Amino acid sequence: MKEDSAGRQTENGESPDPGQWKRTTLVARGREGGLDRGASWFLAALAVVAVVVPILNQLVPASSPFHLSVYAITLIGKYLCYGMLALAVDLIWGYCGILSLGHAAFFSLGGYAMGMYLMRQIGPRGVYGDPILPDFMVFLNYKSLPWFWHGFNHFAFAVLMMIFVPGLLALVFGWFAFRSRVTGVYLSIITQALTYALMLAFFRNDMGFGGNNGFTDFKDILGFDLHSDSTHAVLLVITAAALAGSYLACRAIVESRAGRVVLAIRDAESRTRFLGYPVETYKLWLFVFSAVLAGIAGALYVPQIGIINPSEFSPINSIEAVIWVAVGGRGTLYGAIIGAVLVNYAKTYLTGAFPEVWLYVLGALFVLVTLFLPRGIIGLMPARGKTKGEIESEKEVEAEEDREQSLKE
Amino acid sequence: MSVRDKRLYLEDLTVSFDGFKALNKLTLYVDPGELLCIIGPNGAGKTTMMDVITGKTEADSGTAWFGSSIDLLKLSEAEIVAAGIGRKFQKPTVFEQLTVFENLELALAGNRSFLKTLRARISAEQQIRIDEVLNIIGLANQYRALARILSHGQKQWLEIGMLLMQNPELLLVDEPVAGMTPQEIERTSELLLSLAGEHSVVVVEHDMAFVRSIARRVVVLHEGSVIAEGDMDKVQTDPRVIEVYLGV
Repeated sequence: MKEDSAGRQTENGESPDPGQWKRTTLVARGREGGLDRGASWFLAALAVVAVVVPILNQLVPASSPFHLSVYAITLIGKYLCYGMLALAVDLIWGYCGILSLGHAAFFSLGGYAMGMYLMRQIGPRGVYGDPILPDFMVFLNYKSLPWFWHGFNHFAFAVLMMIFVPGLLALVFGWFAFRSRVTGVYLSIITQALTYALMLAFFRNDMGFGGNNGFTDFKDILGFDLHSDSTHAVLLVITAAALAGSYLACRAIVESRAGRVVLAIRDAESRTRFLGYPVETYKLWLFVFSAVLAGIAGALYVPQIGIINPSEFSPINSIEAVIWVAVGGRGTLYGAIIGAVLVNYAKTYLTGAFPEVWLYVLGALFVLVTLFLPRGIIGLMPARGKTKGEIESEKEVEAEEDREQSLKE
Repeated sequence: MSVRDKRLYLEDLTVSFDGFKALNKLTLYVDPGELLCIIGPNGAGKTTMMDVITGKTEADSGTAWFGSSIDLLKLSEAEIVAAGIGRKFQKPTVFEQLTVFENLELALAGNRSFLKTLRARISAEQQIRIDEVLNIIGLANQYRALARILSHGQKQWLEIGMLLMQNPELLLVDEPVAGMTPQEIERTSELLLSLAGEHSVVVVEHDMAFVRSIARRVVVLHEGSVIAEGDMDKVQTDPRVIEVYLGV
């Protein structure tokens, strides 16, 4: 079959190799061979963090220079949560071209769901000692628990809400936005408006979410003391596991045929529609999945940080998440996570050492990455996985293209 | 009219835009397996005709039947594609960031829902079909290359290949050789000739040498109507054609 494929192969002088043909067509074709290697490195690094960090905290004595404080654990846990948010943003921005500037909204909603559970767990240990009502409700003269607070004393219900609430918001929002074919910068603006509106709403005391103070003073989670080092170590391990799981789920999506349709939508939306794919449905499910990931990230974030308040909804947070992805490398998944960790490490350092320069650095970083590193930090690494032959043949095609171009001119 | 067993029947089609008649009682038939070339000066209605057949533009009057049972004027664009009419636009639009193979894979007929494609695997049958098409369009060696690095001509062939994946009975090809090198033109005419027979192929083209090299039957459009048809020699010597088109 291959021998008579005519034309090009004789021009290129490539010898037909039926063996290779068969082999490569029968196995699933990884889009970039490097991804597999990068993925395993990334997962290995994550596993090392999940194992070594708790050991350094729990088993190494506090006097040793290798001891990690609970502050450091919390910090790493926070980075991993941000990594998960970046993963969610990369899935829809990097692969589907939907630039959401409102992903912090889903993150915060997940966080609030967790916060409501943690508030209910405080019980009579609050300042006012009310067995049911959280402190802020007593303070604001609530007589009884608002209806939407019921059920949050059960962890399983709270977990369901961490997934359901961000998912439902994304479903409703996406359904209207994608069906009306709102795309590009307009979509970005309305996602930004969405998170801003939520921020304003959550700032109001009579929303029943603690107003501008939000939730804090958490005592324990599932009976484990949130002030103990070991609880934080376990939360870190759970976060790392959740991150690995979400990474693998995202990877499974982008490697499937649906993932290729998503890329096709990003590159030529109307062409994809013309091929008969329901473009809006693809965008919608991807958006919902991404929102749920962001929600889970927020839910893991709150018990580690110990506070959630409306400023988490602020537009800058969503924009920062986009910058993490751009810095790490959009459309690479693990690159987004690496970007989130690196940028946040820089933020931790700079806001401590030179607090006034951080926003300038962030802005400059975004501009520089956009101009000089369109593929982010991951783009700096050499492309692996391609055989020498493939690179050669690509070069030949490119050279031929150039030749044809010059002939035309 | 008692014309039987045609692939496509266009009769008395009229389309006007703000009083300008883009198609004026156009009547045209396409035989099964035929390779038909349509030529005509700019504004003759070639693209409008394609738009009507594919459901992009509505006709004011007249009829358009695909085979003897499908009324094209009643179907949506997607339904027309599903009925077996594939159209290749002038500008090649392939998915640049996907490989040649993946471009063809997405064009495979099959369930297009998100949950189905999430778990879809290529069956042996589909694999064979993709291999066949890769060979027909001469891109078997480039199947792993990203479509982005293909030459202009190769992209055109890939797009024709994407149409072939759905095994359409009628292929509408709009200016396939615009911007191609002589070798690519030659390869394209071989490709189109090989497709005729199994598919009906309608080609709209300006390049006269190309039309001469592939056409068995040529139809000349002018101001929305057919003014001449026949083989290239007959058409080229027709005084009306010389007047409106070739003589200029």
